[in-house]
Amino acid sequence: MLSSRTRLIRDMVRIRTVEEVLADYYRDEQEMRTPTHFSIGQEATAVGVCAVTTPRDWVYSGHRSHAPYLAKGGDLEALVAELYGKEAGCSRGRGGSMHVMDQAAGFAGSAAILGEMIAAAVGAGWAFARAGERRVALTYFGEGAADEGVFFESLNFAAVHRVPVVFVCENNQYSISSPLGVRHAPGTSVRGRAEACGVRSLAVDGNDVFGVRDAARDAVEHARDGRGPVLLELATYRWRAHVGPGLDHDHGYRSQEEIESWMAGCPIVRAAGAVRDETPGIDALVESWRAEFRREVHAAVDRAKALPFPDTAGLLSGAYLPAAR
Amino acid sequence: MRTLTYWQAISEATVQCMERDERIFVAGEGVDDVAGAFGTTKEAFRRFGPSRVVDMPNAENATAGIAVGAAAAGQRPLVVHVRADFMFLAMDALVNMAAKWRYTYGGDKGGVPVVTRGVVGRGWGQGSTHSQSPHATFAHYAGLHVATPATPADAKGMLVQALTGDTPVVLIENRNLYPLVGEVPEEPVPVPFGVGRIARAGTDVTVVAASLMVHEAERAAEQLAERGISVEVVDVRSLRPLDEGIICESVAKTGRLVVADTSWARYGFTAEVAAVVAEHVPHALRAPVRRVSLPDSPAPVSHPLEEAFHPNASSIVSACLDVCGEAGAVLPRLASVSAGFQGPF
Repeated sequence: MLSSRTRLIRDMVRIRTVEEVLADYYRDEQEMRTPTHFSIGQEATAVGVCAVTTPRDWVYSGHRSHAPYLAKGGDLEALVAELYGKEAGCSRGRGGSMHVMDQAAGFAGSAAILGEMIAAAVGAGWAFARAGERRVALTYFGEGAADEGVFFESLNFAAVHRVPVVFVCENNQYSISSPLGVRHAPGTSVRGRAEACGVRSLAVDGNDVFGVRDAARDAVEHARDGRGPVLLELATYRWRAHVGPGLDHDHGYRSQEEIESWMAGCPIVRAAGAVRDETPGIDALVESWRAEFRREVHAAVDRAKALPFPDTAGLLSGAYLPAAR
Repeated sequence: MRTLTYWQAISEATVQCMERDERIFVAGEGVDDVAGAFGTTKEAFRRFGPSRVVDMPNAENATAGIAVGAAAAGQRPLVVHVRADFMFLAMDALVNMAAKWRYTYGGDKGGVPVVTRGVVGRGWGQGSTHSQSPHATFAHYAGLHVATPATPADAKGMLVQALTGDTPVVLIENRNLYPLVGEVPEEPVPVPFGVGRIARAGTDVTVVAASLMVHEAERAAEQLAERGISVEVVDVRSLRPLDEGIICESVAKTGRLVVADTSWARYGFTAEVAAVVAEHVPHALRAPVRRVSLPDSPAPVSHPLEEAFHPNASSIVSACLDVCGEAGAVLPRLASVSAGFQGPF
């Protein structure tokens, strides 16, 4: 029986392993024909927050969707099939990496246009409250999405109506290759923007999965109790390129020193270090999990590749209900 | 049958649908105020109060996105814009989310039946950004239904259809139609989208029109009848889905087509109707198609400029005479339907 802390580490290892293996396939095969944004290095934000949600809470995300989807319990095989464009994909091959959903798990959807799901989550949370349900909507987005007008509009509305929503800002410092310094005035923060809107907010080390979980637990409870929305600004770092499986460390927009220092602060390594006293075998466990999840994702890839593509006769299926066309 | 004005019909549809479905709520800027979106949300607010007729912050983009999220979670939002021009601020949520939701997540996880009403404020110097009719803009995108009810009965029936259907809907209402009186069923009977209406039967020329232009076309038809030209007026009622059948059948009969719209010609409703006829019944045409639409400038404010800018019944008369080979004929000018529209708003 794993402790709650080691379970978080296991969940992060699963996401890391899945994404590393998928990135290799993506690069080597060129068969996943969908723009894909990997979360490698950012697993603690996905795992720490989703760990405190119930299956009836809804989680949304932006384009960097796989980690929140998997952390919320989204089906791996359906995700992999989606990346390969198969009919059995979680969006039947219509959505791709940026439009994934698993309703049974409470992963309510990801979107490609920055900031959209901030508003959608406010709407869902508002709907929960209107229906008298003690459910919470959460929405992941990067700090780049906090530059969009819809961020301010949504936070303002959520604060006015005390909507049970938790805004999860994964601040990975870059919008593609644009650093914070060219987008945010000195001395400001996403957290500060939220406060200005009247949204309770908190800045947390986003690579400390236990700290993220504790902050998220308070935030979700706060929202669930009808005390209003909460924003968590979680500082983290993307190891790979903005989009695609590759490294972009030679692209010049961030220094090698900076990259190395963040990679040295790997959320999995840090969490393993933090539990080593209570779980002396943690390193061996991590290794065994890696092997286990490698097998799992390789098997999912094998299955996905063997599955049929959507029938082109169904090209229009879903644009409208059949009766409404 | 008893009669109502166009705005009363919208109000009645709203109230009756809200009585029958507690998931429906109205959201918009000032929908709870004394004007009540030109009267259309007043009774709903009186009956259901601020929890179901919600005054929104000036945040059109988030309001539309919030409506999408609320619809995904089972609510039935009715978003109201008292000036349709503000809907451009909501285009991301309407075009990228609402229209695409059902399809993009696989077609098997439900849709987001958000209903959006936009009122077009043509006339009284509303000018370039308070008088646009964005129906064709929204009708471009698969996944939405877009309707332009021209009569009080359709204003009620199409809103009922929108609030009871499963498709996101944009309803564009011309403010000049609001005082119009007509027979309206007392019960909330839906009017389906994609079924056009012969507003007036005729044999010599077909005028396909949407919204306010249906009435301008009917007035044009009266004047032309005195000259012996029989005009058939087709009210498409909805742009998406579009009743191609009723358009093509009429043109097959008359052999002449005029298309009348409250918006611009390029890439718009008039272009679409002309294309439908060119694709399906090209040999029926005995004369080139004529389009009655806005000239290619933004709307002006000054009264004489505004009068020159907006097409009306007389513009349709001229186009009909042209396709009937009487281009030189001049008939007395008709006053616009909008002549009765008073300010300040």
